Amino acid sequence: MILRTIIDLDWRGRVFLLVLAAVAVLVPLLNLAVPAGSAFNVPTYLVSLLGKYLCYALLAIALDLVWGYCGILSLGHGAFFALGGYAMGMYLMRQIGPRGVYANPVLPDFMVFLNMKELPITWWGFGHFPYAMLMVLVVPGLLAFVFGWFAFRSRVTGVYLSIITQAMTYALLLAFFRNDMGFGGNNGLTDFKDILGFNIQAQSTRVALFVASVVALALGYLIARAMVTSAYGKVLIAIRDAESRARFMGYRVERYKLVAFTVSACMAGVAGALYVPQVGIINPSEFAAANSIEAVIWVAVGGRGTLVGAALGAVLVNWAKTWLTGAFPEVWVFGLGALFVLVTLFLPKGIIRTLSEWSARRSDQRAASAAAEAGIGAVQQPAGAE
Amino acid sequence: MRIARLLAALLGLALASVASAPSRAADLDAAFARIATENFGEIEAAIGDLAATGDPKAAAALQALTDSRLVYAPADKGVFIKAPDGKFTDARTGAAPAAEPFGTKPVRVNNRVRRALEAALGSLTLLSPDPAKRLAAAEAVLKSRDSAAIPALDAAIAKETDARIKKTMVQARAAAVLGKADATDAEKVSAIDVVAERGDQDTLSLLANLRANGTPIVKMAAETAAGAIERRLAVLSSVQNVWYGLSLGSVLLLAAIGLAITFGVMGIINMAHGEMVMLGAYTTFVVQEILRTKYPALFDWSLAMAIPLAFLVAGGVGVLIERSVIRFLYGRPLETLLATWGVSLILQQAVRSWFGANNREVGAPAFMSGSFDFMGLAITYGRLWIVVFGALVFAALLFVLKATSFGLKMRAVTQNRRMASCMGIRTPWVDSLTFGLGSGIAGIAGVALSQIDNVSPNLGQSYIVDSFMVVVFGGVGNLWGTLVAAMTLGIANKFLEPFAGAVLGKILLLIFIILFIQKRPRGLFALKGRAVEA
Repeated sequence: MILRTIIDLDWRGRVFLLVLAAVAVLVPLLNLAVPAGSAFNVPTYLVSLLGKYLCYALLAIALDLVWGYCGILSLGHGAFFALGGYAMGMYLMRQIGPRGVYANPVLPDFMVFLNMKELPITWWGFGHFPYAMLMVLVVPGLLAFVFGWFAFRSRVTGVYLSIITQAMTYALLLAFFRNDMGFGGNNGLTDFKDILGFNIQAQSTRVALFVASVVALALGYLIARAMVTSAYGKVLIAIRDAESRARFMGYRVERYKLVAFTVSACMAGVAGALYVPQVGIINPSEFAAANSIEAVIWVAVGGRGTLVGAALGAVLVNWAKTWLTGAFPEVWVFGLGALFVLVTLFLPKGIIRTLSEWSARRSDQRAASAAAEAGIGAVQQPAGAE
Repeated sequence: MRIARLLAALLGLALASVASAPSRAADLDAAFARIATENFGEIEAAIGDLAATGDPKAAAALQALTDSRLVYAPADKGVFIKAPDGKFTDARTGAAPAAEPFGTKPVRVNNRVRRALEAALGSLTLLSPDPAKRLAAAEAVLKSRDSAAIPALDAAIAKETDARIKKTMVQARAAAVLGKADATDAEKVSAIDVVAERGDQDTLSLLANLRANGTPIVKMAAETAAGAIERRLAVLSSVQNVWYGLSLGSVLLLAAIGLAITFGVMGIINMAHGEMVMLGAYTTFVVQEILRTKYPALFDWSLAMAIPLAFLVAGGVGVLIERSVIRFLYGRPLETLLATWGVSLILQQAVRSWFGANNREVGAPAFMSGSFDFMGLAITYGRLWIVVFGALVFAALLFVLKATSFGLKMRAVTQNRRMASCMGIRTPWVDSLTFGLGSGIAGIAGVALSQIDNVSPNLGQSYIVDSFMVVVFGGVGNLWGTLVAAMTLGIANKFLEPFAGAVLGKILLLIFIILFIQKRPRGLFALKGRAVEA
């Protein structure tokens, strides 16, 4: 199915995959093979930074799947992202072993500090990588499934859904701040040492994590693409545009939504899991409502309902953020705020769709003028037709 | 029954004190003679004797002893008070001595004497002419349960004319009796009845001791009394929870009611609502700063001045936002959400650059500080004013909506925009004024919240989720629903807090609301009608 998706890709998707492949080859090459003094060298910190952007891009694609194609504006995707990150963080914490400050072979430092005697049941099994990876998918997926099951079945839609997803995120934020939860309280999980036996600080590990992020992004894109181009995806779009009509035609709307929501949450979880080892920390502030809403603006900037646009938007906005917070720290928040306002007012379709419409109009005009020259008479295309 | 027993006790006490009256002057002399010694045991006993006389001269001498200014001449057993300037006064007569006393020694004090001295002074102030001092002394004895104070209390009770102080003294005496080792069971039982009337936590701990080790009859009396007190305290604590809940509910109401207009009536998701609250709080800060530096006498009026200004500032910003951003986004609620989130970021950062990121100090005027006692409940004026203020704002808003021409137009536009437009209502104007009204109310809320919360650029952020929860829970487009929701959430929060903790209680409420919306997606009081699919 993935293969067929690749073959059936439109030119935009092909470019996207080609760029990803190029990045996956070039960045490690420039980092590892080119000597540090050279102008072409990609420093290791930049590799991690790019890896972080790619994780955000995957989160944006996950969000685009539900918002762009199904009309569910989730303000809770930051929570799924953070849950995935916590699952990975727990694995990494267990890998520290006796190298912590308190040198306890079983308990992470903060548990010793909090006088816990044994590993809480929630932490069981996180020493094993496959189990932790399973949890990266299962925990956000299960939460999304249960949440979506209740919400979609009772037809909570639109703004109400956005507000309760925000409430969910807020509740999780409060919960993870509590020390009793056993997830490190407001310090979160940090001081990681190893992943799968490799030193997490090592240059080669960083590059490997980067490549893993590229692969995850490409896979995430292909899965989302496969979903939205299938018959299932057509129903999804129908639900987005006219939910009641889709329901009256006999589609079980809530099931379609639930599948999209759960898959999307799993994707967000994977993005979080790849994010944590590259950033080196996960704490409850990742659950902040602002993060989830920021993710929405990435999708809006790139263009909702395009997948590629979402990824592009995530990278662009975050690159601007890194640059602005470094160069003019005061200005960044103004810039972000203005971005929200201006994009919704003047660029409601996002970069990708605006560009493609513009080029389509150009080619229409060219065709029309060519036709006029040929003496057939211009056929006026309605402006702004999608 | 209880009163009869009390009367009997009082009668007995009065008789006893009358009988002892004539010998008082002689007692004083004897006591002073006794204190002129080196023996600590004697000094301690003498202090007790002095206190028992209840004489003001004794009080002066004891006060001097605490300041180590009491001296005695070993030769003739004369006792003198040495003033800080070195002059002597005869402690017995209060007059200057005929001749300078010779070879005086200070009366010595050790820890036991000091303790006796404190108790003695406590019981002596029981006879002070100042009622406030007498009451304080009685309360002190009540707390210490010192059985040595019984005679002094008896004397004080006999003289006391103020009913309230007398009651406290009687209770203090009963507490002292309970603390006495050799009190009979009958005495103890009647004492239990007396102290039980107080019915506070202190009494409960006093009784707990008796419940654990007393004769069966005392145990039973203590058991019954403690049970009654516990029930009373339980009722009191739930009343207190309701009160705290009401005041928290008022805070929620104030924060949410502006949103009930913009979101509830107009259907605009205004994520910048919290920032309107913040603007109101900062307006209060600015007003107070100006008053503090220019017209300090008017400081108590600062809030009254801040309210209209906050309304204008926040309302003005609201109209500006509506005209420049929101009006292009009507009918696209999700986009509105994003754009207003952007506006909120800009406002926050603007305030942060202007006023700095730190908390700003907003003072409370005199009438908002302090507290009063209501049936055993300590009610702070600050809380009371917030509840009153919340109710006033609600009533005012209701009045505007139901009884003014603007309110009529507003409701008309909400119900049927095109029809209202056909009737000649300028709907764009109504839209921006309505949004301005909602924002202005948020600004007023900011004035109130500046009194209980930190005034910082993040002030609004902490209320935005709560406000949305209140409006959604109450039902969109219904002010009464908002009121009920705010109060319900406030009270539920306070009842959950004791056994779930503040944070967990809040999480539970959020989960409850999330589940509640599944059951009733349109809130508690949903608008009836055919507007099901927006």
